[in-house]
Amino acid sequence: MKKYKISTTISYPVKGAMGRTGNWRVFKPILDKEKCVKCLRCWIYCPEATIIRNNDDTVDIDFEYCKGCGICANVCKVKAIIMEREGKKK
Amino acid sequence: MAIKDLPREECYIPGSAACPGCPATMAMRTVFKAIGKNMVMIVPACCTAVIESLHPNTSFDIPTMNIAFEAAAAGASGVEAGLRKQGKTDTTVVAWAGDGGTYDIGIQALSGALERQTNFIYICYNNEIYSNTGIQRSGATPYAAWTTTTVGGKTEFRKEMGEIIMSHHIPYAAQTCVSYPEDLYNKVKKAKSIKGSKYIEIMAPCPPGWRFGMERTVEMGTMAVETGAWALYEYENEVVTFNGKSKLILEGKIKRKPIEDWIKYQGRFRHLFIPKKDVEKIKAIENHIDQKWERYRKCYL
Ligand SMILES: Cc1ncc(C[n+]2csc(CCOP(=O)(O)OP(=O)(O)O)c2C)c(N)n1
Ligand code: SF4
Ligand code: SF4
Ligand code: SF4
Ligand SMILES: [Mg+2]
Repeated sequence: MKKYKISTTISYPVKGAMGRTGNWRVFKPILDKEKCVKCLRCWIYCPEATIIRNNDDTVDIDFEYCKGCGICANVCKVKAIIMEREGKKK
Repeated sequence: MAIKDLPREECYIPGSAACPGCPATMAMRTVFKAIGKNMVMIVPACCTAVIESLHPNTSFDIPTMNIAFEAAAAGASGVEAGLRKQGKTDTTVVAWAGDGGTYDIGIQALSGALERQTNFIYICYNNEIYSNTGIQRSGATPYAAWTTTTVGGKTEFRKEMGEIIMSHHIPYAAQTCVSYPEDLYNKVKKAKSIKGSKYIEIMAPCPPGWRFGMERTVEMGTMAVETGAWALYEYENEVVTFNGKSKLILEGKIKRKPIEDWIKYQGRFRHLFIPKKDVEKIKAIENHIDQKWERYRKCYL
């Protein structure tokens, strides 16, 4: 087979290709682990893959990249996630 | 198949250029889970080409080739031939394009690839607009929807892409929706196991394009199905089978919900409610959907 020389632009996979997208957030998802029933709806629907699925199917949130869309809170049927304004005083 | 049975592996990497609440990345994650790493994806100009993020970085952990707006299926045909020549026949070739790149400018290349029975999966994520370039109308935009090129609402009805695809008599085609990840996963998995041309279209409600809150993407998809504006079905060996709620609607076991339940949450239909309810236009949308389901019943029940 004849080989051709190819020159093209190639990008390589990295986390945060557009920077720390967590900075985009206006509202922050707050997870209450006590309420969570491990249904994994938040995990499968998160558009950013920032719901971390642990080995025991509990979940955590990657705040470095979570964009704060609120989908996880919206799809959680037991209200284990609520959205809170960023920087709100406790 | 339950959500917990879906693979943990992720080929979409956090920190991309996608808008918060993006249906394209939501769907893509499940597609990647269904196919696995042994795939090559061909992406024409569309939001996804931006979502990949900027050179020299990418947010996709699978080989991806970008190509001109009209050329997804042509590019995929070339990649498939190249892999075949190298004996890499176990690699799945996927063209991933928007509705503009599928219904409109890419239809010629797509039709050609299907006619040649190219061994690949063509996936169209349908957000019913050209969103990447700022919300222009496409052949998939529904009647009466506002876009920047249909400021008073679109005056034409959208095309039935599924029926155009079926007239190519390919081994497998399906319609699904981001709100039903198990349905999406199963359909992609099945497509992967079949040789020849496969087409899958994913309903993908886009928050900035349709003007709804970014937390409502899943709801907007569910309501598209429950109001009958979108149908979940599979076409396999010339037989069409409806799935989920769409099957119940087809069989008359449940009534589809009124279209208002879907459109009233979308700013692109705001002019139908404010300053005064446009009863006639809403009725026209309902009638069009009823006619579609009548046709579905006649052909597929
Ligand atoms: C030949 C050509 N015409 C126009 C464009 C500009 N353009 C880039 S993406 C796009 C719209 C894509 O719409 P769609 O395929 O629905 O994908 P989406 O942006 O909605 O994800 C347009 C018009 C182009 N890149 N090439
Ligand atoms: S707010 Fe959005 S991006 Fe953040 S974890 Fe929830 S679903 Fe994912
Ligand atoms: S959706 Fe709610 S209950 Fe389900 S895993 Fe996520 S936090 Fe837990
Ligand atoms: S415009 Fe819509 S489809 Fe495009 S990146 Fe944003 S949310 Fe996703
Ligand atoms: Mg589009």
